[in-house]
Amino acid sequence: MNILVCISKSPDTTSKIAFSNDNTQFDDNGVQYIVNPYDEWYALVRALELKETLGGQVTIITVGTTTDEAIMRKALAIGADEAVRIDADPKDAYYTAMQIAHYAQSNGFDLVLTGKETINYNGSQVGGMIAEALDAPFVSLATKLEVNGTTIQLEREIVGGLELIEVALPVVVSCAKGMAEQRIPNMRGIMAARTKPLQIIAPQAIEELTNFIQFSAASSKASVKMIDADNMDELVALLHSEAKVI
Amino acid sequence: MILVYISSQNGISKSAFEAVTYARKLDSEVCVLTCGSASEAQLSAFGQYGAQKVLVDRKIDGSDAQQLTKLISQYAQELNASTLVFTHDFVGKAIAPRVSVKLKAGMVAGAIALPEANGSIKVNVFSGKASGFVKVNSSVRIISLLANSIPLELNETACKVEEITANTGDSKIKVISVKKPDGAIPLPEAEIVVSAGRGLKGPENWGMVETLAQTLGAATACSRPVADIGWRPHHEHVGQTGVAIRPNLYIAIGISGAIQHLAGVNGSKVIVVVNTDKEAPFFKAADYGVIGDAFDVIPKLNAALVKFKAANN
Ligand SMILES: Cc1cc2nc3c(=O)[nH]c(=O)nc-3n(C[C@H](O)[C@H](O)[C@H](O)COP(=O)(O)OP(=O)(O)OC[C@H]3O[C@@H](n4cnc5c(N)ncnc54)[C@H](O)[C@@H]3O)c2cc1C
Repeated sequence: MNILVCISKSPDTTSKIAFSNDNTQFDDNGVQYIVNPYDEWYALVRALELKETLGGQVTIITVGTTTDEAIMRKALAIGADEAVRIDADPKDAYYTAMQIAHYAQSNGFDLVLTGKETINYNGSQVGGMIAEALDAPFVSLATKLEVNGTTIQLEREIVGGLELIEVALPVVVSCAKGMAEQRIPNMRGIMAARTKPLQIIAPQAIEELTNFIQFSAASSKASVKMIDADNMDELVALLHSEAKVI
Repeated sequence: MILVYISSQNGISKSAFEAVTYARKLDSEVCVLTCGSASEAQLSAFGQYGAQKVLVDRKIDGSDAQQLTKLISQYAQELNASTLVFTHDFVGKAIAPRVSVKLKAGMVAGAIALPEANGSIKVNVFSGKASGFVKVNSSVRIISLLANSIPLELNETACKVEEITANTGDSKIKVISVKKPDGAIPLPEAEIVVSAGRGLKGPENWGMVETLAQTLGAATACSRPVADIGWRPHHEHVGQTGVAIRPNLYIAIGISGAIQHLAGVNGSKVIVVVNTDKEAPFFKAADYGVIGDAFDVIPKLNAALVKFKAANN
């Protein structure tokens, strides 16, 4: 089983989000980057589990700059065999997906896994775009994945429920909670990661179909109105006549 | 002309009508495209929100995004659509990115507002900790709309339902079974959400949360540790690594208000926090706060609501 796992960096979940250059750019001063949790906890770990039972190889790929090498080492320490970095600043989902699709096309994979979305731009787009470019089926928001010879069975989230489906390989899958459990890299993994190959590839010429022109930090609430625990009638009255939500 | 793709497999959701409302505000010409077996009467309801036409392909069931991409792209081109609108739920997430590649049309994922004067569209970024304005550089654009981002607006329009068949090939996805919790309101669409955290001490104490939700016609949600320890199902987990929601009213009971939790809920219009600890960070993000023990406050709040409902009916 030859598996490609797409990983992205994202700011640590406790990061304060600020912008620079007249609010046109994310200000990553002092921000600690992590592997995007969905990519790490679900996509990467499930890929490793499949490799452990079926044999094969797990390659991680990211579209990013030299600052991304720390998260690539982390993914290698968790157990990926090889790491590829397309040397570009990924500003647009289409641009990013086309770079990965080009690599996947030239190298041939049975399975391409992504996280459900990144926790920075939250687009949930890259997996579907890769699948279209590869003309492969795409299963989004999968919570379980079992390989059965040349087909896979997946459970995926649908509105208010779950669906069990079957599809033939090769497939692109975006992975959500339920797929696997987070793994903490051990000392051996961390040591081994230092010597595993990091392949750096020049990007293809691909246009960006979208761009962010401005950001704004979430507006903070006006001060909270405190209500006495013994006066729930007042809370109900305020929710009705002031907030107008009931 | 705006083309709106809607899933009508499991009935027509509120977010489908929101997508049509949104489209009608972009352009007076709105066409809805769907597939499956929904009745003509169900489908013509889109006319109430401004659609002139509903095209339905009855040969495909909507489970394979590859087939749908062919269907949608074909009609987008035939109708010369300038914008395609999707719902930013599991349907839109599976299909819209594919269509974006097929048509080479830039996609705004998770729009929360109508376009600005400069054409850019507002989305949540950093899981709701901030927002950004996306500009599309291609001539055709794709917008997937986050649930509860635009109030429904009636716009009674004569609406024709037309059956079509597109050349979509066979489905590559075989559906083996479907599990659907009965009658529950899907969390992202709920207008009111009652949510509880570790402060509730154990799963056996959720009865009062469910009762309150029932009184309000609300969906229930929870913090991440509560889902992780199995007190509540995973699909109820809201926050940065769970579901992001933007209901009109979010009631948080026994939840501390960690930054990762707030990220998924701070798009809520009104937040009520009930917590024993007056220093709980959640109070800083709340509109109304009650310092008190959930086991005392929640039954009282429920009783007050029942009384209010009886008086207002
Ligand atoms: C990478 C990462 C991602 C994360 N993603 C998420 C996420 O998506 N969603 C999420 O929720 N969390 C997330 N977390 C976890 C988050 O940091 C918090 O740990 C979590 O939200 C706390 O849950 P809680 O408020 O239920 O529990 P606690 O923090 O234990 O808070 C319980 C609260 O209940 C109050 N309380 C106790 N007893 C009572 C009572 N009788 N009546 C009323 N109040 C009472 C306490 O004062 C306290 O404020 C994430 C963490 C990390 C590191």
